[in-house]
Amino acid sequence: MISAFRALVARDLTLAARVGGSGALSLVFFLMIVALVPFALGPDLNLLSRIGPAILWLAAVLATLIGLDRLFQADEEDGSLDLMTGAPAPLEVVVLAKVAAHWLTTGLPLALASPLFGLLVALDGTAMAATALTLLVGTPALTFVGAVGAALTASIRRGGLILAVLVLPLMIPTLIFGVSAAQSAIGGTVPFATPLTILAALSLIAAVVGTLAAAAALRWSE
Amino acid sequence: MRLSVTNLAVRRSGRRIFAGLSFALGPGEALMVTGRNGAGKSTLLAVLAGRLKPDAGEVRVAEVGEASLPECLHVVGHRDGLKSALTAEENLAFARDLLGAPALAPAEALAEMGLAHALRLPVAYLSAGQRRRVALARLLVCRRPLWLLDEPTAALDTASQAVLAHLMARHRAGGGLVVAATHQGLGLADARELRIERPVPPAAGGPGDAAWDAAETVA
Repeated sequence: MISAFRALVARDLTLAARVGGSGALSLVFFLMIVALVPFALGPDLNLLSRIGPAILWLAAVLATLIGLDRLFQADEEDGSLDLMTGAPAPLEVVVLAKVAAHWLTTGLPLALASPLFGLLVALDGTAMAATALTLLVGTPALTFVGAVGAALTASIRRGGLILAVLVLPLMIPTLIFGVSAAQSAIGGTVPFATPLTILAALSLIAAVVGTLAAAAALRWSE
Repeated sequence: MRLSVTNLAVRRSGRRIFAGLSFALGPGEALMVTGRNGAGKSTLLAVLAGRLKPDAGEVRVAEVGEASLPECLHVVGHRDGLKSALTAEENLAFARDLLGAPALAPAEALAEMGLAHALRLPVAYLSAGQRRRVALARLLVCRRPLWLLDEPTAALDTASQAVLAHLMARHRAGGGLVVAATHQGLGLADARELRIERPVPPAAGGPGDAAWDAAETVA
């Protein structure tokens, strides 16, 4: 089971590196949204640095959707998914491996690049570090929630938009606690640790529920 | 292993594909599933692979220990399960790690299929026939007793068809089972044949269907 998990993660990372696509694209999309905001709001640095963490989080939520529709669909189309359902490892392990690889190529780069993009919205050092940390803790929740939608729409052609409509409402709790954790690092009455631990809890819950639900959705669609 | 199918009936989106299908296979036996286009050959293989729930009847396996049916079979069908961006070797190595029970190394399996030169080529560069041969090489990298082959000779040249016939004979000699949906002979010695006919005339019953039924009775 461990070797199957490792083989799946290695395969998806190799594919992501060779085909390029979603990882780099979602990072560029993230940059685009963050870069557009100062143009829309004007050069008011105080305003920008106050709403900066919220903008970074909103951009991260939208950027997570890029490439999510191909998470299971690509394997469904070429028959690889049938291969995986015939493996001795349970489908949950397959889903967990695929989502982990997907997060490594989309969520992790997003969190690592966020301090750099924080410059565009005039964040100071503390706010940059806090936002990056909240993204690091919170993006797994976004990916796992998204995986359920990806599994449900795996056999639907052009299901990308349906996927967005399905999963965006479910990402709201993560967004709320992600932004409030980042905001509380800059100022406010709530200590930073409180929303951050709730955010971590959301990621852990999403990892369990998301994996089970996505595997169930894949089984059901067959 | 032993495979027994009793009174199988399948319905897809309300339409009955076939009903009352029964057969049993023991070690070393092969079954050729024939029938005209759309008769339900692929559907039968999908049911055997556990991908489709039958409407009635049951599929039973015996003498396989604790493994479930999907875990003791290989499927080679129209969708080959190969990633175009990966090389033939990487595709096979992945299948080997994922499916377990490793047998031949990817390089050896490809050499058996006469594709040793394609080892480090991305599958995207291969022709349809070569891709099919890579998919067939998957049969050799993991040891599984039941081979489900859906039109395995599609896009294969004569030499490769002979190689496939040889592989199937060797697999059966080792106690393996083969179920193949096909329109051609496949070179399966003393294979049994299961012909799937449409059980009831189609409800719509257009002139096209009548012509087909007539043609079949003549044949």
